[in-house]
Amino acid sequence: MKAMNELRLTFPSRSANEGFARAAVAAFVAQLDPAVDELADLRTAVSEAVTNAIVHAYPNELGPVTLTVRLYENGRVCLQVRDRGRGIEDVEKAMEPLFTTGGEERSGLGFSVMQSFTDRVRVRSTPGKGTTVTMDKYIALRVKGQR
Amino acid sequence: MQVNLTREGDTLIAAISGELDHHTAAAMRQQIDTAALSCRCRVLRLDFSALTFMDSSGIGLIMGRYRLMQSMGGCVQLQGVSGRLERMIRLAGLDKLPIWNTQEGKE
Ligand SMILES: Nc1ncnc2c1ncn2[C@@H]1O[C@H](COP(=O)(O)OP(=O)(O)OP(=O)(O)O)[C@@H](O)[C@H]1O
Ligand SMILES: [Mg+2]
Repeated sequence: MKAMNELRLTFPSRSANEGFARAAVAAFVAQLDPAVDELADLRTAVSEAVTNAIVHAYPNELGPVTLTVRLYENGRVCLQVRDRGRGIEDVEKAMEPLFTTGGEERSGLGFSVMQSFTDRVRVRSTPGKGTTVTMDKYIALRVKGQR
Repeated sequence: MQVNLTREGDTLIAAISGELDHHTAAAMRQQIDTAALSCRCRVLRLDFSALTFMDSSGIGLIMGRYRLMQSMGGCVQLQGVSGRLERMIRLAGLDKLPIWNTQEGKE
């Protein structure tokens, strides 16, 4: 199915952009008229993926983060977060609950939250080249005026 | 994001409002830790009732404060936990820790 609308944003890996990415997703997805909880799930999921790019992909430098949001007629929202950072050696291990290389103040919960708050998470990563996280979530379609 | 710190007897209450993410957590952590270290309270109560957003950075913040209070022989209590936040707390396995404010119970 072809996306009926698409948003693509590229921003530097500054932490101030975490809130911006959430707000951009929420504003764009609003056209599907999502429920409050669905919107909150999407905001949380995108926050996790963008934060990972900012914290882990570029630990000592700034680099580009690209966020793509695609909306489909059947209510599917596809969120993609791509970085050109250092990549992940072992994706399966990185996705295990509570696994972290981030030290004391990180909980290793980001991927678990993405999995819990969306319907599907895929991660493609090449060490030294970067990581792409793709998440799908289905928004319940409503007849206009209801709810 | 804002932290409001008040003291009630042996309890330091940190009321967090706004959005708690990786970007805002650093300043918040510093404010809470400075107050906790100087007041030497036994209980640190984190009040989330005015929170509008939180991701896993908030779980990191809770875990870090839990460790800090434990190292001083104290404890952490959570208050104003929304359904969404509780879901994340469960994902982290923190629901097994004695951190629920018993007067309020689990929401
Ligand atoms: N974009 C990325 N680039 C490089 N490494 C990554 C990336 N995303 C995740 N990782 C690796 O995967 C690990 C697990 O990520 P996850 O988001 O689950 O936990 P965390 O970020 O360490 O902690 P939390 O999200 O709870 O603050 C990270 O510690 C890091 O090693
Ligand atoms: Mg993370």
